[in-house]
Amino acid sequence: MKVGIVRFPGSNCDQDCYRAVREGVGTEAVFLWHKSHDLDGCDSIILPGGFSYGDHLRAGAIARFSPIMREVIAFARDGGPVLGICNGFQILCEAGLLPGALVRNDSLRFRSHPVRVRVERTDTPFTTTYREGDVLVMPIAHGEGQYVADRSVSERLEGEGRVIFRYVDSQGEATASANPNGSARNIAGICDAGRRVVGLMPHPERAASKLLGTDGLGVFQALLAHRRPDAEAPRQQAGAESRVMETHDRAGAAS
Amino acid sequence: MSSEAERMRFRIEIRVTPREGIVDPEGQTIGRALDNLGYRGVHHVQSGRLVRFELEAGDAGAAREQVTRMCEELIANPVIEQYDISIAEPIRAPEPAEG
Repeated sequence: MKVGIVRFPGSNCDQDCYRAVREGVGTEAVFLWHKSHDLDGCDSIILPGGFSYGDHLRAGAIARFSPIMREVIAFARDGGPVLGICNGFQILCEAGLLPGALVRNDSLRFRSHPVRVRVERTDTPFTTTYREGDVLVMPIAHGEGQYVADRSVSERLEGEGRVIFRYVDSQGEATASANPNGSARNIAGICDAGRRVVGLMPHPERAASKLLGTDGLGVFQALLAHRRPDAEAPRQQAGAESRVMETHDRAGAAS
Repeated sequence: MSSEAERMRFRIEIRVTPREGIVDPEGQTIGRALDNLGYRGVHHVQSGRLVRFELEAGDAGAAREQVTRMCEELIANPVIEQYDISIAEPIRAPEPAEG
């Protein structure tokens, strides 16, 4: 398993993602420069957080036209797993890989603090290590994280089970006060129709170490267990399964 | 090319504002601030972005067609924003091509 982490000018969570994959999960990770034209044989791609191109025009609007995005879009269309975190989520929406958009927080403030999110679905390459209903604590750090979409789009997301993470309170309820940015339906993360492309505003890579909490580690561990439908003989199966079990135990203890 | 020399330069202004039904927290905050300052009767404040540039094109129709594509592709996000394009009379012909 080789995870590619794309670096745009202004990415600033690339190192955290790298460490989460290398040290947290123990699998190979490489950086992919935004001007590159190939994905270096990676099995999955992460678009990390940050302020690509200074967030000029709209967050993610310029990064979407980076040369490597052509490859990322083709990879995603081919069923490859792609994770967009924070600014990466914004880029995926601008690129049309995910529906809707992320606009200024309703408070107009940059929000930087831990939030609780509930895992709504586990059938994506990034959530198989969790159980439905698990509540995870992860930090957010964004000024433009309010998820908006036409009513028909958000209804379709709900109907097709494509809301993956939702902001919740300590009781696990999706209340207005638990919503840090005014997102429609407390949406914190969604996936595409093929369930291979996932975007979320909270930062799992900043909750992937003993010091900062480990609730986000499962997002990266899930990649080990993931197989593309057309994949050849499974690799690292035993290791992947034991890690999945560990995560289940930890998630159970936390909830 | 001879056709290049005949192109005119148009002054373009694009106003991008939140689409109807999309929350505009910035506009709302400006509205509240105006109210706090004592300005009464202010409604439906919208805040947006102005993009201005000059564009060489054969005629106004060609300019508008090109600017519309620019808006759809980059300058506005049609999911959340609407845009108005205004095109002024051509300001001057570009310098004749060398040679």
